[in-house]
Amino acid sequence: MPSRIVAGIGLSHVPSVGPVIDRGRQSAPAWKPLFDAYVPVRSWLEKLEPDVAIVVYNDHVAEFGFDKYPTFALGAADRYVIADEGFGTRPLPEVPGDAELSIHLCERLIEDEFDLTVCQELGVEHGFLVPMNLCFPHTSAGWPVKTVPLQVNVIQHPLPTARRCFRLGQALRKAVESYPGNTRVVILGTGGMSHQLQGKRFGFMNEKFDQWFLDELEKDPEQLAQLSHHRIMEQAGAEAVELIVWLTMRGALSPKAKRVHRHYYAPMTTGMGLITFEEPGLDP
Amino acid sequence: MPQEIPDTSIFDLRLSRRGLRLNRMCAALCSPAEREAFKRDEEGFMSRFDLSETEKQLVRKRDFAGMIEHGMNIYAMLKIGSVTGNSLYRMGAQMRGESYEEFLATRNIQDAV
Repeated sequence: MPSRIVAGIGLSHVPSVGPVIDRGRQSAPAWKPLFDAYVPVRSWLEKLEPDVAIVVYNDHVAEFGFDKYPTFALGAADRYVIADEGFGTRPLPEVPGDAELSIHLCERLIEDEFDLTVCQELGVEHGFLVPMNLCFPHTSAGWPVKTVPLQVNVIQHPLPTARRCFRLGQALRKAVESYPGNTRVVILGTGGMSHQLQGKRFGFMNEKFDQWFLDELEKDPEQLAQLSHHRIMEQAGAEAVELIVWLTMRGALSPKAKRVHRHYYAPMTTGMGLITFEEPGLDP
Repeated sequence: MPQEIPDTSIFDLRLSRRGLRLNRMCAALCSPAEREAFKRDEEGFMSRFDLSETEKQLVRKRDFAGMIEHGMNIYAMLKIGSVTGNSLYRMGAQMRGESYEEFLATRNIQDAV
């Protein structure tokens, strides 16, 4: 059996979620709506029995500084350490990688003209870890899946276009399907939704835009891939441009993928969205 | 070059070049030893990263809007927040020209901090 992408998830990676988990405050009234939304997602994921999660995310000046900044950086290691973002290292076990799959993806993606930066050592931070905490929580035995981190520059303009991110997803799908060994892959696109963290417009959110983005991500992602960075930033806040990363996830799914879960919660300064898709005909 | 959006800073290469020293200093704060060094001797720490007098003044005054204007990246600035006791929301309130309490009152669910 060839390997395949079995599901895709778009979700926000708000940093304050990390300490809430570390302190066991998930049932606090302000946080419960967010965490409750992930209960059915985790049961669904358990049934899908994925082997690997490809996590498309962005670093926040923890591992990548501006002296040298890659547009697309793919992890190719057996393990990823927990990075200190400036607040101390969270008490989490190292995250297992799948170096063989990473190497295969690098070979295929570069052949497909996506010129990646290859990282044989990479610390991971909230952009990667919060989605893992929500979807694939660790136990004393460690994390339940292996991972492949894919870091996208969404903070230092010029950024890759939304279309380029979508096409990277399409290339990832092809690359996964040419990997021998029946590996089951879930792809996560993380960041956003609407938020702005600087300037007088700090705290700006736009639920209407976010709901529209979720609608279109399901119905017409090709059209979303034509969005300019400017339009996203103007309508949803400068930092909302992280949403282009969701298009990599969506591009990696087939047109037949069905939406399963959807949730939205915007308590403070970020529209926290969640949407899941499943590929049909997945019986082994 | 990105077009202007009101009350918004877009971190492009011109800003990044301007803020290179500030952002390098902040990146160093991802180490516990460096955070201690900053807290112990802020002036010495800033000099070590070759900050200009203007940049030092912005840090001394905790002028977050000014730092952004001088090329500090928002995610780098969070690390200055960490060593000076300013959360993202406190920095945000200042950038909006509001007290922390005034800012919280504008939120949907104030307890999700």
